[in-house]
Amino acid sequence: MKLSRNIAILSIFLGLALVTTACSLSGRSRWSDEEVTALRTLWIGNLSPPPADPSNRYADDPRAAALGQKLFFDTRFSSNGQVACATCHLPDQLFQDGIALSRGVGVTSRRAMSVVGTAYSPWLFWDGRKDSQWAQALGPMENPVEHGGNRTLYAHLIAEFYAEEYTALFGPLPDLSGLPRDAAPIADPEALAGWEGMSAKDREAVTRLYVNMGKSIAAYERLLVPGESRFDQYVEAVLNNDNEAADEILTPDEIAGLRLFIGEANCTNCHNGPLFTNNDFHNTGVPAAKDLPEDIGRSKGVQDVLADEFNCLSIYSDAKPEQCSELKFLVAEGHQLVRQFKPPSLRNVAERGPYMHAGQFATLEEVLNHYNTAPEAPAGHSELEPLDLSEKQVEQIIAFLKTLSGPLDADEAWLTRPEYSN
Amino acid sequence: MQESKPKSTSVRLWLWIGGIVAALVLAFAIFMVTMGMRMNAVPSDLDTSTTQRTENGVFNVSYIASTDTVPVNQMHAWTLHVETADGQPVEDAAISVDGDMPQHGHGLPTRPQVTKYLGDGDYLVEGMKFQMAGWWVMDFTITANGQTDAVRFNMRLQ
Repeated sequence: MKLSRNIAILSIFLGLALVTTACSLSGRSRWSDEEVTALRTLWIGNLSPPPADPSNRYADDPRAAALGQKLFFDTRFSSNGQVACATCHLPDQLFQDGIALSRGVGVTSRRAMSVVGTAYSPWLFWDGRKDSQWAQALGPMENPVEHGGNRTLYAHLIAEFYAEEYTALFGPLPDLSGLPRDAAPIADPEALAGWEGMSAKDREAVTRLYVNMGKSIAAYERLLVPGESRFDQYVEAVLNNDNEAADEILTPDEIAGLRLFIGEANCTNCHNGPLFTNNDFHNTGVPAAKDLPEDIGRSKGVQDVLADEFNCLSIYSDAKPEQCSELKFLVAEGHQLVRQFKPPSLRNVAERGPYMHAGQFATLEEVLNHYNTAPEAPAGHSELEPLDLSEKQVEQIIAFLKTLSGPLDADEAWLTRPEYSN
Repeated sequence: MQESKPKSTSVRLWLWIGGIVAALVLAFAIFMVTMGMRMNAVPSDLDTSTTQRTENGVFNVSYIASTDTVPVNQMHAWTLHVETADGQPVEDAAISVDGDMPQHGHGLPTRPQVTKYLGDGDYLVEGMKFQMAGWWVMDFTITANGQTDAVRFNMRLQ
C-alpha cells in the first residue's frame, strides 16, 4: 500500500513535470534551432537598406527627396486644388488613410496601401500594375478619381512654383509657352484633344518632366521605412539567448501567437521576411467588395505593367534592359493569377484597418476568421486551407500581430508637411 | 461504518490521481506527436544534393547559385553545369526550366529561363526566385545529342 502510494506520488510529479515542460515549450521563449532561424528572418535587424532602383538615377539624391516631399504634400497638383499624395497617404497614419475606399477628387475602388517600405517591393499597388515607386507615384496623379489632373497641367505648375529646385536637379525646363493648360493621353476628352494637338517633341518633353516628378516623389518615399517593434526587441533577446529578458518583452499569449504565426497557421507562407510580406501575389479567397465591379487582381495587373509607358523597359527608365529581370521573367498568364493580390507588410498592421484590397474586413478578428475558415474564392482559386484554430489561438495570433507596431525609422523632418509657399 | 468511510474516500482519491496522471501523460503524448508531425512535413531523407544524375542516367547535372545560399524573395541566377554520364561537358543543349512546392501545389513566382551558354557545359539560368521558405523542387528537361532526359533538385529553403 505504501509502495503503491509512493509510485502514485512519483507519477504525479512526473506527469506535472512533463506538462510543465510542454507548457513552457508552447507559451514561453523556448525555440528550436529551426524556429530561431525563422524568427531571425522576420527580425528588423535582418532588413538591409532598400535595394538600388536602377530605373531612377535620382533615387538616392537628397535634393530629389526634398522636392519629392514638397510635391507629395502639395494639393495644387490636382484638378480641384485639394488633393495631394498625402490626402490618402497621411504621415500621422502610417501613410495610409484608414478607410475602405480612398477618396481623392472622387472615390476609388481600392484601399490605399501604406507607402512605408515600398522601396523594397518590385511591384506596386495591390495588383502590381507598376514596377517602380516612381511609376506608381504617377498613376494617381492622372487618375480621374484621385488627383484628377494631367501632366501638362503639372508641367505648368512645376514651372510656376518649383522652377529653381527642378532645374537644379534636372536641367532647364522645357518651353511650355503655347501649350494647353490641360493635356495628357487620358480619357478626359478635352485633355486628350489638347495632347493630340501637341507635337511629338513637346509631348515627350512634358512627359519627361512628369517622370522627373515621379522620380522625386520616389526619392522621398524611399526614406519611409519601418522601425523597431516590440517583436523585434523580443527576437533580439532570443538571439542573445536571454530568455528571461525575452519573457519580459512578450506575454505568454503573444509568444503563443508568434509560435502559431510561424508554425501551423502558415502565415509566413506569404508574410515572410523582415517586412512580413513576400511582395508576391496570392488568391486568398477574399470576398468581393459590395457595389464594386469585378476585380481580377493580378490577371489584369500583369497586362497593365507590361503595357505601362513607364515600366522598367520604357524610354523613361534609367535601367539597362538586363536590369529589368522582374519584368523580363514575369509570369504573364495563367489561371492562378485570377484575383491574386499582393500581401501587404504586417508591420503596424493593428494600426491600419480596415483590411484587404477594398477594406472588406473592419477588424483583425474578421481577418483571422477568414483565414481560419478559408471560404471559396469568388473567382479563381483560393490558396488557403481551413486552419481549424480555436478561439483562444485566434486571440493569441491577434495579440502577436499587435506586437508588430512601432514607429517609422525616418527623420522626423520627413514625417511632417514641409514648409513651402502654398 | 466509521471505519469504512475513510477507506472509500482513499480509493476515490487514488482513482482521481490515476485519472489526472493518465490525462496529463496523454496530453503530453499528443503534444509531442503534433510537434513531430510538424517536423516531418518534409521527407526526412530528402536529397538536397546540388549534383544529380538525370532520371535515365543520360546526363550529370549540377548547379551553383549566384548568391552564397539559395535565397528567399530575392531574384538571382543559377549556373547549371551539364555533362554526359562519362563526364564530358554538353554543349548546345536545349533546357526547359520549371519548379514548384510539392506541399503547396503552387509554382514559382517567376518564369526562369536559360539565357546564355557560358561555355564548358555551363548554362546561365536567370529569373530564379522563391517566395517562401520550405521544400522546393527545380526541374530541368535537357535535350542534347538527340537525347532528352530530366533532372530534379530538392531544396529546403529557410
